[in-house]
Amino acid sequence: MKTKDYRNGLRDGIPVALGYFAVSFAFGMEAATNGLSIIQAVLISLTNVTSAGQFSALGIIAAGGTYIEIALTQLVINLRYCLMSFSLAQKLDRSAANWHRYLMAYSVTDEIFALDASLNTPLTPKYHYGITSVAVPGWVLGTFVGAISGTLLPSFVISALGVAIYGMFLAIIIPPARQNRAILFVVLSAMGLSFLFSVLPLLKKVSSGFVIIIVTVVIAAIAAWLEPINDENNKGES
Amino acid sequence: MTHNIYLYIFVMAAVTYLIRMLPLALSKKEITNQYIKSFLYYVPYACLAAMTFPAILYSTASLYSALAGLIIAIIAAYKGKSLLIVALAACIAVFLVERILPFLS
Repeated sequence: MKTKDYRNGLRDGIPVALGYFAVSFAFGMEAATNGLSIIQAVLISLTNVTSAGQFSALGIIAAGGTYIEIALTQLVINLRYCLMSFSLAQKLDRSAANWHRYLMAYSVTDEIFALDASLNTPLTPKYHYGITSVAVPGWVLGTFVGAISGTLLPSFVISALGVAIYGMFLAIIIPPARQNRAILFVVLSAMGLSFLFSVLPLLKKVSSGFVIIIVTVVIAAIAAWLEPINDENNKGES
Repeated sequence: MTHNIYLYIFVMAAVTYLIRMLPLALSKKEITNQYIKSFLYYVPYACLAAMTFPAILYSTASLYSALAGLIIAIIAAYKGKSLLIVALAACIAVFLVERILPFLS
């Protein structure tokens, strides 16, 4: 059973790895352009595993910003992981040893969280590690290849792979939204609100990391108030 | 004043890890409060939806190919296809539309 969890994780991690490759390829190119060595670029990807945070750090490093500045930027952009980890802490298999929490935390990313959260069963560490074992190599390898040469992969391949991660997100949220009206409400209103943030004059200035936090908290809070779930943690029948 | 690039990397990695680790390490008890449970139940959906749209529109070389990817992904996901199939179908749609676009303009 446990090995099956790991293998499922490996399988589900493939689209993540594909999407990661495209994004981290761009990161590797950008890092090289900003004067980082290949080893430094790869080291950043290996130790951070976060796209928006890494991209924003490049600008600060290139500009010679302070350590406080880089720490605060990472805090703001990556604060959404706090919500995700909190959510995963509840979903985690109760029999899992404590130390798993410290190891699993390494790879709580948007995409890996998405897969963890999509399980109908409690989350086993093995599943999380399975995804991590394909996704992180994809992330690091993409950085490496991107840093070596921006011309190795034709641009149309990068463009096509860019959509992979979002396709995966949709594959996770649409099927439950079809069956549960409360989830459908959450999905549509979260999309609508985040769209407003991208077009309205003042809201536009809010950084993308904050937009995700604000939208998530506001919409989940409203949904929890209007449509509380049943005791069995099942889908709230509406 | 020159900064050490490895120290930058260390600071980034430490902050990012702590954000991810603290909630996992500190919230060990199962939450019984119905409101918080419901809130956490909806968090993934709200979060993923907010990350997908409108970001997906800017994820490729052109808005049109991104729209094609979005529509195909929605159809495939609605039909209950697996993650990999949905992701690949969206990629292929983007690829095809970007091949066709030059002939239309």
